[in-house]
Amino acid sequence: MSGRTPNQKAWWLVLPVVVLVAFNAVIPLMTVVNYSVQETFGDNQFFFEGVTWFEQILHSSRFHEALQRQLLFTAIVLAIELPLGVAIALAMPRRGAWASVCLVLMAMPLLIPWNVVGAMWNILALPDIGLLGHSLNAMGFDYNFTRQPLSAWLTLITMDVWHWTSLVVLLAYAGLSAIPNAFYQAARIDGASGWAVFCFIQLPKMKRVLMIAVLLRFMDSFMIYTEAIVLTGGGPGNATSLLSIDLVKIALGQFDLGPAAAMSLIYFLIILLLSWVFYTVMTRDEPQ
Amino acid sequence: MARIGLKDLRHSYGPAPQAESDWALKRLDLSFADGSANALLGPSGCGKTTLLNIISGLLRPSEGSVWFDDRDVTALPADAREIAQVFQFPVVYDTMSVYDNLAFPLRNRGVPAAAIDHRVREIAALLDLEDTLQRRASGLTADGKQKISLGRGLVRSDVNVIMFDEPLTVIDPELKWRLRSKLKELHRRIGLTMIYVTHDQTEALTFADRVIVMNEGVVVQAGTPVELFERPQHTFVGHFIGSPGMNLLPATFDGGVARFAGHAVQMSVAPRAVPANAQLQIGVRPEFVSFADTGIPVSIVKVADAGRFRVVETRHAGFSIRLLVGEDAKLPSERACLRFDPSFTQLYVDGWRLGEQPR
Repeated sequence: MSGRTPNQKAWWLVLPVVVLVAFNAVIPLMTVVNYSVQETFGDNQFFFEGVTWFEQILHSSRFHEALQRQLLFTAIVLAIELPLGVAIALAMPRRGAWASVCLVLMAMPLLIPWNVVGAMWNILALPDIGLLGHSLNAMGFDYNFTRQPLSAWLTLITMDVWHWTSLVVLLAYAGLSAIPNAFYQAARIDGASGWAVFCFIQLPKMKRVLMIAVLLRFMDSFMIYTEAIVLTGGGPGNATSLLSIDLVKIALGQFDLGPAAAMSLIYFLIILLLSWVFYTVMTRDEPQ
Repeated sequence: MARIGLKDLRHSYGPAPQAESDWALKRLDLSFADGSANALLGPSGCGKTTLLNIISGLLRPSEGSVWFDDRDVTALPADAREIAQVFQFPVVYDTMSVYDNLAFPLRNRGVPAAAIDHRVREIAALLDLEDTLQRRASGLTADGKQKISLGRGLVRSDVNVIMFDEPLTVIDPELKWRLRSKLKELHRRIGLTMIYVTHDQTEALTFADRVIVMNEGVVVQAGTPVELFERPQHTFVGHFIGSPGMNLLPATFDGGVARFAGHAVQMSVAPRAVPANAQLQIGVRPEFVSFADTGIPVSIVKVADAGRFRVVETRHAGFSIRLLVGEDAKLPSERACLRFDPSFTQLYVDGWRLGEQPR
């Protein structure tokens, strides 16, 4: 650099950001890393344990079962919410007063606090007094989400679909609105069928927003906690103990800080890895 | 291929048009000869795209009918009219290859694969797209994409008319020129009826054999570029076409002579009588004004160099008159007088050239 001493004052300017990031990301994460390699006793005694907790978690059938439940849950809600969200977005009016009405209606579930969503569905689904639960039983279905795993799962999935499909709808709707009219006109002149318009115009043009929808829905559903804990509390038994519920049980219920920290990191890495896989697959054939 | 006729056409976007201004397209009768190259020219919002969409069937006119040869197609949707349209922004199907893009309209119509292949290769050769056939359409440049849009129209052998809606808007200047020459060449080679919408007079005048000038939903003149230049039927054509536009000067009429600020002006058509209380204007293009020894005395206000000629702005009685002089011609130093070429000097009555009936 032509022999001149570089001016080092700039470091002071980035300091506030460094401090902020340290406090909200690096320090909490490193605390977890710290716990994950140590055995903790009362009186603040710590003993280094290496990768023991990681081995223990990775070999525990309890973790495997929770992970399987989590994967199943996420797969089911993604499989329902994405096509359903796109279908609703396609059916929504593009302009006029009804467009605004639909948008507001769609946004409503997203504005409700998560624990309220859980509480709402809990009350709604109560087999004796809940509107949904009571009606189902009155119609002859044997439905009790606090006793039957299947009922619990159906309720949990219905609640998630109700709560989060709107997000997919809004994203897909934004993607659809951005398509210039000329594309539809050209397709009409080319004699394209409605299905062809969907496959070759709407879907490709929605691809980017749908990728965001997939990532957001994947991450959120994989980390679902509040609504599920309020609705089923992980039960009946362990039937709806998803990863986050199980994690909280270990960390705060049993206060096993080491295994809980190791599980947190594994959980985090799984989400990171799967998000990366989704992103890579979906952007694979884009020109830069 | 077909002759296209528009009869008693009117269109309004609102549900119940009341005033004349509610009509986006005021009543018009127009026809496009089979195999002709036409341009619809006018400023933004003049109704040219509306007219285009009515011909293509994307829009149904409020009144009147559309004819392809002897067939009334007013009720037919766009895909049944067998027309092609190229839009302002290139429309390509991003996920398909160039080949599939070109084949798409034929596949939708159930043409056998061998026939499709033959036709796609033929059109690709015509448009210089052969090298890119297997590439993704989304990776092409704007002019390449615009060629695909055009190609999707051309592959169908039964196309009645190709319409262009300001197709060069998003193309770089240099490519613009190339693509325009290509269109012109295509017209010569395949002889399809073409209608080209633009607000750029250079594009219109270089592309078309017949230019239709529109303003505020009215066709003000339809004619060859020479007609538009030499005999504008409306003052709008006078100042919209040409650079700089026509000089328009307030006129009076007495004793069988049109006068500008008291000076008698000779006309191409000697006016005999004009309606009372009409607004009279004398129109003469800067190309047909010259300095002379006698005539209308003026003072020179400004001289602008425009390359091969100069635009001289002069002033008489508070009105500005522009004229073109050669780059080497000498400007009069003190007392300058102007002469208007009588064969190209027109009298306009309420905007319309004397003798023309407003439609």
